[in-house]
Amino acid sequence: MGRRGLVVSALSSVVVLLVIFAIFWLAPGGPTFRAFFFNPHDMWQAFVGDPQKGLLSVGRGLVTNIWMFLLSEVLVLIFGLFIATVRLSQSPVLFPFRALATVYVDVMRGVPIVLVMYMIGFGLPELNLGFLSNQSPAVYGCATLTLSYSAYVAEVYRAGVLSVPHGQLLAARSLGLTHTATMRRVILPQAVRNVIPPLLNDFISMQKDTALVSLLGAVEATRAAQIYGDTVFNFSGFTVAAILFLLLTIPMTRFTDHLIARDRNRRLATT
Amino acid sequence: MDKVLELTDVVKRFGDNEVLRGVSLTLHPHDVVCLIGASGSGKSTLLRCANLLETIDAGTISLFGQSLQDPRIDPDLVRQHVAMVFQSFNLFPHLSVLDNILVGPVHALKRRRGEVRDEAIALLERIDLRDKADDYPDRLSGGQQQRVAIARSLAMRPSLLLLDEVTSALDPTLVGEVLDLLTDLAHQGTTMLIATHEMNFARDVANQVVYLDRGVLVEQGTPEEMFSNPKHESTRNFLERVR
Repeated sequence: MGRRGLVVSALSSVVVLLVIFAIFWLAPGGPTFRAFFFNPHDMWQAFVGDPQKGLLSVGRGLVTNIWMFLLSEVLVLIFGLFIATVRLSQSPVLFPFRALATVYVDVMRGVPIVLVMYMIGFGLPELNLGFLSNQSPAVYGCATLTLSYSAYVAEVYRAGVLSVPHGQLLAARSLGLTHTATMRRVILPQAVRNVIPPLLNDFISMQKDTALVSLLGAVEATRAAQIYGDTVFNFSGFTVAAILFLLLTIPMTRFTDHLIARDRNRRLATT
Repeated sequence: MDKVLELTDVVKRFGDNEVLRGVSLTLHPHDVVCLIGASGSGKSTLLRCANLLETIDAGTISLFGQSLQDPRIDPDLVRQHVAMVFQSFNLFPHLSVLDNILVGPVHALKRRRGEVRDEAIALLERIDLRDKADDYPDRLSGGQQQRVAIARSLAMRPSLLLLDEVTSALDPTLVGEVLDLLTDLAHQGTTMLIATHEMNFARDVANQVVYLDRGVLVEQGTPEEMFSNPKHESTRNFLERVR
């Protein structure tokens, strides 16, 4: 893009932004809308909370979302890899496990995550299984996210493994590497590079789905915003929650783009 | 003399398609045997069977007198002794040139990295790519990549080197550097089984040339016999077509 191109694209961006802004500003209900969703006072109040009025902080709620998805992401990476490995196994002995893994993936991808959340969050405590039945809603939320998203991530891994050219497998095996060593040293490192973009997609989706734990009664960012809205009758808390979620997901997207670019540059760089 | 590799009446089918129809072939130490024949004649399949990338349907293959059809044989152990180089190089793009060479000795032979490193560097010097040790394969030309792939197999100190049309994917100007390397290896006594379309190369380095036609070993002999005075009609036809 030349200098002229930069000027044109900057101008067109400004025009588009102005039009969108004008629509919100000049709409007949504009002032009401702004007072309802963008009131600075309410936004701040919702963010910090006010214990005396029973208002929970959206900002503190977000901490719950953050540790939930951090924990779930680690668990999903591990459990998803496990399922994918089973599905990709070849040994006849493992056939029943392969079948089980296939059924698992089908079921978890087919059932709405809300239902899985209810079954685990309300079902497990009913079972009276000691440790398993005595967890907080947030922990059940993590379990749900892990079980559900592992099915998606297993398929992402599997596609990644299958995208590595067959010659790579032949070359590794002909060096005398075992099946396990071939997977670990040759296939998976390449598969991981191929799966980073779709994996990130699932992670962003999962970060947002941490909000579903409010169904089990846990207070996270969106639930705190809802309480604020119900009490004060102002929805600015939702705007705050939306902005906070964006602040989490956008840097992650940019960071991943950076990683992909760095890997590509390194492979094409000459010493 | 010891036999490195001995194929006896080897049959290989893919479904109804019989790709090898009773092939018998023997390699002694320091032999350089070139397999020639049209595409689809079974050259590549024969090489793959020899290091157990494919299992055969009948006959026997033995390595130093040990049958590879014995169920107690560990294919990974066999492949550590029988190295293979492919038409499409198949270098590992996520590893540097040096690590490509180290991966076999370190992770298959379980040798210490520091100990193998010097050998790997020496191999890189031998293929004139010492300065590319830390580069990634994508940066190299096809000829350089194939030389690295050959070095990668040599790092395993194999008893037998299988080469599957290793110059067929190369730009014509890059074929020479790879064939020169193979010629060097032949002179140093490396036992090699080479599937190739390079007839001049076969004439120069092979001590035996084998002509395969649709899975049948039609004729075998020294390069002089095969290229100057082929006995079979189909060998003559093939050689006339490729000339």
